[in-house]
Amino acid sequence: MTTTAYSAPAEQYDYEIIKKFTIMAIVWAVVGMFVGVYIASELAWPWLNFDSPYFSFGRFRPVHTGAVIFGFGGSALFATSYYVVQRTCQTRLWGGGLIPFTFWGWQVVIVLAALSYVTGYSQGREYAEMEWPIDILIELVWVAYLAIYIGTLMKRKQPHIYVANWFYVSFILATALLHTFNNLAVPVGLFTLKSYSLFSGPMDAMTQWWYGHNAVGFFLTAAFLGMMYYFVPKHAGRPVYSYRLSIVHFWALSFMYMWVGTHHLHWTALPDWASTLGATFSIMLLLPSWGGMINGIMTLSGAWDKMRTDPIMRFMIVALSFYGMSTFEGPLMSLKDVNALSHYTDWTVGHVHSGALGWVAMISFGSIYHMLPRLWNTQMYSVKLINVHFWLATVGVLLYIVAMWISGIMQGLMWRAFDDFGNLQYSFVESVAAMHPFYAMRAIGGLFFLTGMCVMAYNCYKTIRQGQAEASNAAAVAQAA
Amino acid sequence: MLEWFANPANSKPLGLLIFFVTFCLIVLWVYGSRKRSERLEAHKNIPFLDDDNKDTPHG
Repeated sequence: MTTTAYSAPAEQYDYEIIKKFTIMAIVWAVVGMFVGVYIASELAWPWLNFDSPYFSFGRFRPVHTGAVIFGFGGSALFATSYYVVQRTCQTRLWGGGLIPFTFWGWQVVIVLAALSYVTGYSQGREYAEMEWPIDILIELVWVAYLAIYIGTLMKRKQPHIYVANWFYVSFILATALLHTFNNLAVPVGLFTLKSYSLFSGPMDAMTQWWYGHNAVGFFLTAAFLGMMYYFVPKHAGRPVYSYRLSIVHFWALSFMYMWVGTHHLHWTALPDWASTLGATFSIMLLLPSWGGMINGIMTLSGAWDKMRTDPIMRFMIVALSFYGMSTFEGPLMSLKDVNALSHYTDWTVGHVHSGALGWVAMISFGSIYHMLPRLWNTQMYSVKLINVHFWLATVGVLLYIVAMWISGIMQGLMWRAFDDFGNLQYSFVESVAAMHPFYAMRAIGGLFFLTGMCVMAYNCYKTIRQGQAEASNAAAVAQAA
Repeated sequence: MLEWFANPANSKPLGLLIFFVTFCLIVLWVYGSRKRSERLEAHKNIPFLDDDNKDTPHG
């Protein structure tokens, strides 16, 4: 099978849906990160709860995770996947009315979810807090998304399906599987939002964390690797370092990720063998994860000067570095002895954010900065502002994760410290008081990241306006001629 | 026969064996032949086949 050279103008592709998802990715990033900074501040300065349930940490926390993971991350994935599948298959999207349905359906999901959390409706399943009617809407949107993607792949003009699409398809399939089984529940009544899970006890916990960790594995990793395999080579102007390594990377991740969820349940009522299985596969995952990271970074081999001159490239390479770091930290934390110290502490929160901010957000920023000028057929409004965003984001992540490392490890050590008589050395409230400065430091780190995001939103807004002005000028000139 | 498969003590190692062997075969397929390697590596150029002169770094 050979590759076919094909030169296509931008008009050949369906860019309207990509534009919509890109704009909403930026909007949800600002909203979600703002709520994140707010709840981080609530932990440092509890008066921000205003003694009102509507402002409480418990209700705002899923608003934050929902807006950043599904609003920002989800919209960025819809946008980039629709862009990548069209450009690597050299064909327009298949699906007709299903295409706008995925956009409006997805946005309605995010809004309804946020409203339900603030008003106190939650399934109480982490990252899957949506009640059953919203779950059904997600299912419909997702099936439409799968149909569009597979339909587009089937009418491709390129004989080979480029590897980035493999990662996107695995993300769509795995998310469908995870969402369906984790949300199997019986509603209390047809006109009530409440429902009961089909599973109970440790089975329920295992289903929840099978979903939870694979949401990280397939939604927040595989899909963004799809983004990486297209946008890093494309922006660097050089093909990926090793295509064969990308194939092995894909299959190794696909075989291994599904088994690791139980490492979230060490030292619980879960059978010990299941817990050991999760830890074993987590350690093995290090190999494909680092193989993929090296493949991405080595793509720049021979063009390292771009790191000095191009802030978009900097976003991408720093994202890969954080990917490498958090996929080293994850297996380490999955070891039972390390987990005995780290579990239930802020170390876990720091680890999640090193992946979410350092990897997921940074690779999305790089990809959106690459894609935006091409969508609106213009140049970025300001490269200087991209650079400002890069440094604000980098300093923000570093402040965040360093604060959470110190706070988390200190927390774990204080909880397990005994005095000479075998009594606990510290009360719980003493550990809370010790964490306070680091909670403030985390809020400041988040504020840096949010400020960078606002800079990006402004830069993108000006770029879009510039593109629209150029397009209307060109149309006027054409009409006059 | 069906009972043998239904017993987790049999089906779990069997599943492991099937997945492991499949993965080894994939690795062998990817790296096993020089000709196939060249063909696979040629696919890395797909993202550059629809260049529209907009693909120099913008900004």
